[in-house]
Amino acid sequence: MSTNAHVGLAIVIFFIGVFGILVRRSAFFYLMSIELMLNSANLLWVAFARNRGDLDGHVYAFFIMALAAAEACVGLSIIVLYYRKRRSVVLNRAREMGK
Amino acid sequence: MDRLTMEHLLWIIPMAPLAGSVIIGLLCALSPKRGSFPSRTFVAMVACLGPLTSFVVACGVFLALGKSSTVATIHQTLFSWISCGTFSIDFAFEADRLTAVMIMFVTFVGTLIHVYSIGYMGHDKGYARFFSYLNLFLAAMLVLVLGSNLVLMFLGWEGVGLCSYLLIAFWFDDEAKAIAGKKAFIVNRIGDFGFVLGIFLIFTTLLKSGPASLEFSFLAAHANVLAPVATVAALLLFTGAVGKSAQIPLYVWLPDAMAGPTPVSALIHAATMVTAGVFMVARMHFLFDLAPFAGQVVATVGIATALVAAFIGFAQNDIKKVLAYSTVSQLGYMFIAVGAGAYGAGIFHVFTHAFFKACLFLGAGSVIHALHEEQDIRRMGGLLKKLPVTGTTFLIAWLAICGIPPFAGFFSKDEILWSVFNTWGTYGKVLWFLGLFGAGCTAFYMSRLVFIAFFGENRTPSPAREKIHESPAIMTIPLVILAFGSLAVGFFGVPAALGGSNLFWEWLLPVFGAHEVHAEHATEYLLMSLSVFAALSGILIAYVKYMRKPFIAAEPRGIAAFAAGAFYVDELYRRVLINPLVALARVLLFRVVDVVLIDGTINGIAKAASVAGSLIRTLQTGSVRTYLYYLGAGAAFLMVVVYLGRW
Repeated sequence: MSTNAHVGLAIVIFFIGVFGILVRRSAFFYLMSIELMLNSANLLWVAFARNRGDLDGHVYAFFIMALAAAEACVGLSIIVLYYRKRRSVVLNRAREMGK
Repeated sequence: MDRLTMEHLLWIIPMAPLAGSVIIGLLCALSPKRGSFPSRTFVAMVACLGPLTSFVVACGVFLALGKSSTVATIHQTLFSWISCGTFSIDFAFEADRLTAVMIMFVTFVGTLIHVYSIGYMGHDKGYARFFSYLNLFLAAMLVLVLGSNLVLMFLGWEGVGLCSYLLIAFWFDDEAKAIAGKKAFIVNRIGDFGFVLGIFLIFTTLLKSGPASLEFSFLAAHANVLAPVATVAALLLFTGAVGKSAQIPLYVWLPDAMAGPTPVSALIHAATMVTAGVFMVARMHFLFDLAPFAGQVVATVGIATALVAAFIGFAQNDIKKVLAYSTVSQLGYMFIAVGAGAYGAGIFHVFTHAFFKACLFLGAGSVIHALHEEQDIRRMGGLLKKLPVTGTTFLIAWLAICGIPPFAGFFSKDEILWSVFNTWGTYGKVLWFLGLFGAGCTAFYMSRLVFIAFFGENRTPSPAREKIHESPAIMTIPLVILAFGSLAVGFFGVPAALGGSNLFWEWLLPVFGAHEVHAEHATEYLLMSLSVFAALSGILIAYVKYMRKPFIAAEPRGIAAFAAGAFYVDELYRRVLINPLVALARVLLFRVVDVVLIDGTINGIAKAASVAGSLIRTLQTGSVRTYLYYLGAGAAFLMVVVYLGRW
């Protein structure tokens, strides 16, 4: 597969993530969409690394995986707390930050 | 003491009183229990030590200059004060023969008045503050006199103005006295504004012909460059002198300045500060020499002031007010002299006046002290018997100011009249005649004061009457010394016609150049006898009017009431100048400029920020989803921009 194809796939995955965040209301879908976007970025790193023929991009891909794992961990904890407080994982009603 | 040694010691003269002022001021401000420390003895010692040190060094300067060549000066540069491109002003002191005379009598009279104040202010709760201000005044006055350039002179000029304000309003919890202080300050601002403009004019004119400096030596050497603007510059500088030396139309602050403690009136408002204007004109004599018209204006203002103040003095009943108007009048004489180019005569009158007027004021202070703050001469009388030392010294100073030979005032006043008689042809003769008339008036109002206050029956109401006592020695000794001075200092300037050698005139000759007078001795004898005749007739009229019958205090009527009200000049100024200015300030400056323009701008900026904030605040909803929409929209916008714009 050419680099162009990889970049196209990454864009498609990224916008699936954006679309997911904009249309779904559950906090879990937010997390999953963010994972999708991060992975699309990861795909770009690896694709360009292959195109250039060196390993630098792979290094960043590993960083992002570690970061994504940490983010998922923290995100899930927040969702658990949010659920305990509201008995719901729908985020639309969370507006305290605007006050 | 030779000249080179003095070049390293000159700084001590102004700095010794300054050090005293700072020490007393700091100790007074820092002492934990107000009034207990520093002790009065300590304050008195420090306060008198500064002026005394200055006096000793001033004597050294005087002797060193006497031994040097006649045009020698003593110059000491302390540091570069203002430096900007090619223009620089040094903080430098310079003493020539004129300065030497000034610092001698300023420090001498200053020291005596400090000693006197120890007694006079002995019971005052602001004792330390008083001496701190008084020392600061002396330091500023000496900077004024010693400054080697116009700007440093102006520093001292403003410094004495500040101290004058602080000391007039010394008892600031009395509102009238606080207002008198403010009046002195504000009226002096008008004059100082002219002074500053004069300095600017001189500087810009000099700049047109290369690098300029404001050193007096430079100005004197480049006086020809100043010739085109000499009249305007001289008149602007003279405006400053009019304010500081209380001449028409700015004399109104000086009578009110009597609100201050009496030693202050003696030191600042009689002997030293108010003569700064005369000194300044003498110091800038090369400029006034180039501007004969300005000289005529100076002399005309001088004679007008001398006469008007004398007329007002006729009807005053406050002992200090009489002396205040007398000071204004005598300052007028000094300006007649310097206006006529007889700078030596003017400075000689400054010198003798410092002695006899300080003596009169301190004597008045002693009287006020003895009578427990009584200042009205209608409630005095017969004081010569009750206060023998004060009375005798007062009488000596009185004879001096009246111009009775051989007292000091005779020689100096006569020299002024003689100089003006020989200048400007007919106009000089007119000025001489008016001056002679003024001398008679001086003798009259001073004699009126003396006869009412010191002779006749005592009219002091009980219980103050029983408690009248002679002042302590610390007050009478300065009086005696000054009275001796009033008698003796005239002999420095005995004119040639009387077989003297006029040491004073010869001493100042290298500074001012010869003021050529070609006249017969016979004329001079005639003028002298006329002066003495005028003085004697003034005294005689006062004798007939106030001594022949017992004094009865009567309400003044007609012209006397007009004079008693000081010709209502203050009222005139209030109606014509102050009220319109206040109205202008209230309506235009306050309602329009301040409220609308300045406040409007400031408040408008605050209002704009507030409105913008309330608009932007609606964007912050707190919903994560909304933020994500913004994020998405922003990213899409950037993509469009990047792709369309090909950045």
